[in-house]
Amino acid sequence: MNLSEKTLKYIDGLIPRYPQKRSAMLMVLHAIQEEQGFLSKEAIEWTAQKLEVVPMAVYEVVTFYPMFRQAPIGRRHVKVCRTLSCALRGAYKVCDSLQHELGCGLGQTSADGNYTVEFVECVAACGSAPVVIVDDKLHENITPEKAPDFAAKIKKETSPSLPPSRY
Amino acid sequence: MPATERRIIYRHIDEPGYTIDLACYQRHGGYEVLRKAIARKPEELTQEVKDSGLKGRGGAGFPTGVKWGFLDRKSGKPVYLICNADESEPGTYKDRQIIYKDPHQLIEGTVLSAYAIQAKLAFIYIRGEMFGGFTILERAIEEARAANFVGNNILGSGYSVDIIVHRGAGCYICGEETGLIESLEGKRAYPRIKPPYFPAVLGLYNCPTIVNNVETLCQVKHVVDMGGKEFAKIGVPGDSGTHIWGISGHVAKPGYYEIESGKATVRDLLYDFGGGPPAGRTIKAVIPGGVSMKILRMGEKFKVKLPDGSAGEWGVLDIPLDSGSFAQCGTSLGTSGMIFMDDTTDMVEALANLNAFYAHESCGQCTPCREGSLWLKKITARVCDGGGRMEDIDLVKTIADQVAGRTICAHGEAVAWPCQSNVPKFRDEWEAKIRAQIHAREHPEGAAATARTGLRLV
Repeated sequence: MNLSEKTLKYIDGLIPRYPQKRSAMLMVLHAIQEEQGFLSKEAIEWTAQKLEVVPMAVYEVVTFYPMFRQAPIGRRHVKVCRTLSCALRGAYKVCDSLQHELGCGLGQTSADGNYTVEFVECVAACGSAPVVIVDDKLHENITPEKAPDFAAKIKKETSPSLPPSRY
Repeated sequence: MPATERRIIYRHIDEPGYTIDLACYQRHGGYEVLRKAIARKPEELTQEVKDSGLKGRGGAGFPTGVKWGFLDRKSGKPVYLICNADESEPGTYKDRQIIYKDPHQLIEGTVLSAYAIQAKLAFIYIRGEMFGGFTILERAIEEARAANFVGNNILGSGYSVDIIVHRGAGCYICGEETGLIESLEGKRAYPRIKPPYFPAVLGLYNCPTIVNNVETLCQVKHVVDMGGKEFAKIGVPGDSGTHIWGISGHVAKPGYYEIESGKATVRDLLYDFGGGPPAGRTIKAVIPGGVSMKILRMGEKFKVKLPDGSAGEWGVLDIPLDSGSFAQCGTSLGTSGMIFMDDTTDMVEALANLNAFYAHESCGQCTPCREGSLWLKKITARVCDGGGRMEDIDLVKTIADQVAGRTICAHGEAVAWPCQSNVPKFRDEWEAKIRAQIHAREHPEGAAATARTGLRLV
């Protein structure tokens, strides 16, 4: 599989730290997804070989954990928290607004391939609700009033030269 | 007199000029507790924790010293310590502040605890979504290792322990300690059945394992620092130390406040710290500590036994902020993340929001939880979409009753408790909502009557 030298080195350093190889599973999958943007069939088989387990043992993990995906998404990954504390402060309106401004449906990617907007469950930042994670960054107090400007900011940072989000 | 904070764990959090690097931590006395403690016998430290009466801060409130006492020492297998940093109980964001703003405090608490239980290796299992927190902890551990606070022969004591920071990948169930252990073994986070899988006996790799919450491990540092008996004097009997209250929802000033156990009330938290409800509104309901705990409705009265032994009565706002007081009111302080809801809140939608959460997060292993949470989500969502039937009210309660107590882990109770408390306490709202829907279905020309008045919650 085509992994960068840096990621390979990271993974090879990681596995021996654990008393059992299989324990490195989530960390290895994160490392691959953060380089390739998703976890391909090839990545699953490669990980299985690396951790000395059957491919199904990797596949069942990939399909169980919400952060892992098997297909690329938009260039920017926009995750809106929808659980109670955020909802009480307008998370559903925020999500509607972001979908409208960024041109995509919930759980979908915009036609230009730029944005994927999703709802996620509580991200442990309830005191600054509503919150939105864009790629690897948490954004707090994104109220319905602020949502259009927030979308404009995301748009400004995004160009067609960016690869699909790795987060 | 307004209630005040007593910051022990959060002493330096948000202090101007306080940074996350080792030098700053050491300037503020960092790792001095470890330096002194590592010269003492491990059993002495465990005894301090037992003497302190410290209860775990991850939600269940189990006494930490007792948990440590369960460790199987006879097997000869290595012992592991896992810090549960998978903070994901909705309403809870206290551990995040420690990880992001004072990582060395957590590392010192972890090394101290690892030494006390003689762990061979320690893990910090952090939420996958806390990208920055992971990097901060990794960097802090590197610094601590370079200064010999982590790693081989710590401070010349002969004791060695490494800490591995391990990322989760978005599952609430990994906060359940046996689910976390499965996840750390590289599997789906299916909680294990107890017995026989008590972590202290058959934990990680079937070795004796202790899983403690982030805040708990930080509390241990202060227990060892002041001595267990001294620590036990903080707060109220049966619940020593401080609680870090995170308040959210409909309050003017959401935020986190560290308060000595039992030394303030829900009223103080709402008004003195939270600035009261938003202008022109009144509070209707409170969830005390993470959404899995039973909801309280303003106006409820609780017959209680006061500290002096006499009988008394409390309203919701009168409840003191300690575990025993919430237990007397039929709920629990859980993770001490309190959510306030004002009079604009549709309580059926609030429950539907949570039911969607639990259905999403059920691991699917036990049928009552997998099917129960799914149907609770579907039924409450249908009621919110205008398709309510009067019999749905009892149906929701009946399903919840069938889930609680019939699952491998406490996710079953977490699914059930919000329904079991919301439905009877807000039955009038359910009936009014459904009655209006039935009327609208019979008289389609007046459909606007069922339109949403507050914010959409589901």
